[in-house]
Amino acid sequence: MNSATFLIWVRETGFLIASSIFIIGLTIRFFEIFMLGRKKDLSEPKGCAMRGGFKTIFTRFLPQDSNTFQRSYFIIIAGYVFHIGLLVALFLLVPHIELIRAALGFGWVGLPTPVVDFLTVLSLISMLALLWHRLTNPVLKMISDAGDYTAWILTFLPLLTGYLAYHHLFFDYTWLLAFHILSAELLMIMLPFTKLMHTFTIFVSRFYGGAISGHKGVQV
Amino acid sequence: MNQLSLEERLRLHGVSRRGFLKFCAATASLMALSPAMIPRIAAALENAKRPSVIWLSFQECTGCTESITRSHSPSLESLIFDAISLDYHHTLQVASGDAAEHAREQAMKDNWGKYILVVDGSIPLGNKGFSTIAGISNVDMLIETAKGAAAIVAVGSCAAFGGLPKANPNPTGAVSIDMIIKDKPIINVPGCPPIPVVMTGVLAHFLTFGTLPELDHLKRPKAFYGQNIHDRCYRRPFYERGQFAETFDDEGAKKGWCLFKLGCKGPTTYNACATTKWNGGVSFPIESGHGCLGCSEPNFWDAGSFYAPLSTPIGHVAQNAGYALAAGALAGAAIGFANKQKSSQAIEKHEEITVNDLIKGETK
Amino acid sequence: MQPLEKTGNILPLLHEIRHALEDLLATGQTMVIDLQAMPFAPSELVELKEILGVGEVSAELHALGKSTIQETAFSGAWWIVHFNIDEKMISQTIEICHIPAILMAQHADIQMGLQQLSSTLGGVSL
Repeated sequence: MNSATFLIWVRETGFLIASSIFIIGLTIRFFEIFMLGRKKDLSEPKGCAMRGGFKTIFTRFLPQDSNTFQRSYFIIIAGYVFHIGLLVALFLLVPHIELIRAALGFGWVGLPTPVVDFLTVLSLISMLALLWHRLTNPVLKMISDAGDYTAWILTFLPLLTGYLAYHHLFFDYTWLLAFHILSAELLMIMLPFTKLMHTFTIFVSRFYGGAISGHKGVQV
Repeated sequence: MNQLSLEERLRLHGVSRRGFLKFCAATASLMALSPAMIPRIAAALENAKRPSVIWLSFQECTGCTESITRSHSPSLESLIFDAISLDYHHTLQVASGDAAEHAREQAMKDNWGKYILVVDGSIPLGNKGFSTIAGISNVDMLIETAKGAAAIVAVGSCAAFGGLPKANPNPTGAVSIDMIIKDKPIINVPGCPPIPVVMTGVLAHFLTFGTLPELDHLKRPKAFYGQNIHDRCYRRPFYERGQFAETFDDEGAKKGWCLFKLGCKGPTTYNACATTKWNGGVSFPIESGHGCLGCSEPNFWDAGSFYAPLSTPIGHVAQNAGYALAAGALAGAAIGFANKQKSSQAIEKHEEITVNDLIKGETK
Repeated sequence: MQPLEKTGNILPLLHEIRHALEDLLATGQTMVIDLQAMPFAPSELVELKEILGVGEVSAELHALGKSTIQETAFSGAWWIVHFNIDEKMISQTIEICHIPAILMAQHADIQMGLQQLSSTLGGVSL
């Protein structure tokens, strides 16, 4: 197989497989979660559960108190830089927007490539720093399992191959582009079944937490 | 006539030695060789005999022949063509039928082991009868003619990679030359069609040095196919700045912005178009306002729409997503019910335990 | 249209010419630089031509189309452009030498001319 036919494969068959597993996986996970249901809370409501739930989805984007921030400022800053860089690269790079347009029928305006490139580099550095932190912090190291490292690799690969492809580094561009798409497809396939599912469930769990507090009248 | 060297032939055309040296300088530039090679080129061409060329056309559209014969005349390309002895080309030659086939057989016999075989078009393996010349199937004629060739030049994407005939679902079972011939040096000169000077440049290299030029992993001469269209494209700065034409007639298109969104395949295409250009150096597709089709890459016809950006998937994405969603919902609901069942069964199995039961248990 | 970025290839090329001229003086070593093998923005070639300037010698050759041979302001550096019969440029080089080889009368051409002259003289009775 040469690079051109490999690129066609990942754009055609590979994408078909990956997108199918991604959608099927996500749907199954959500059906499972929502069908579990929750026990009816019989206690007298002391506040609005709905309000608490929706509010928490947004308030949790920021550290809740200065003490928490001071204790974990490295993880918070590096975590934010990496997540923002990742989301910008994913949703504001023109070739990616064109992919979304082709799949969903709508798109939006992208950022100039050098801006995306800069944020991608920051993202890569942050991810390496976070990995180093995970490997050197005794507590974090102890509670990390294979799932954490899998999630890291699955996220790091598309960013890295995308960066290499854009700068034409080390390999032929066609191979790099094909590997980049393949790594993204691997991410799509694994996302519903790994810790990466937090991409979607984070909002659900924030809502539940907020709703419980809201029902109890706890300030959120 | 065939015994005369190239310089002697040029002299017959009234070309002086100075003209010959100039020809050598241009040939070096054409073959993308260092000017330091000019004396070597001159020395080689002084003695170069007119090589015999047999040109076979199989499943093709004659676009490659059109491309090479419509190159500016009398240009360097035509001079080089004059420097070879084209002994068989069934589209161009006057003779037909048996006489034509005899010309091929005669050329093969006279130049056994020394002639260059040029092939355009792919070879159908599905049924030998799909494409024949004088009653001889393409595959038989290729194998027979390849036996005595010094080298094979696969001209055009069909001969090099299977091209259009091989496009999905490949009804004729078309294959490229190198799928059939394994024991001869093969140079692929893909393109739909290839740039004329690239075709003649390869012939010039063989004529000059009697060897093949340096080839890449797809057997393409690096001198011409080592360049990435996107890297050499004069519209590249617009790509970097994120300035894209959205349609073929919007403001961006008029300002010459990048054609990525309109499906340009320049980033994954290797060819000399951006520097050598077409029609005597006038322009190349991107300069004329149309994206690159990627015609010098394998299976370019199956790489999705010409007008879909390179980063988009090929095929019925939305339809497939719908099926996947339905399948996921069914499976999810089934698993959800099973989970519910499991939890209610677990609840049913719960036994009420009283204090008395515990005391009984202790006394046991 | 916005101006395209420059390639920045002029300065290294000028250094290359300087080294080549030094070599020519010291050892008699000649050199040819193929300008078509380097990417230049269209404005850069004009700029390069301005920097190199026009020297004392300017010649025109007519063989397989026109050629222009122009000594630059830096003696020993020549700007040579070959055109084909269609007046399409087929080669553009800078040569570092005492005199470009293409200007020298060639043995084969002298021989040919000599033959013609002799036959002309043979047919003329003095």
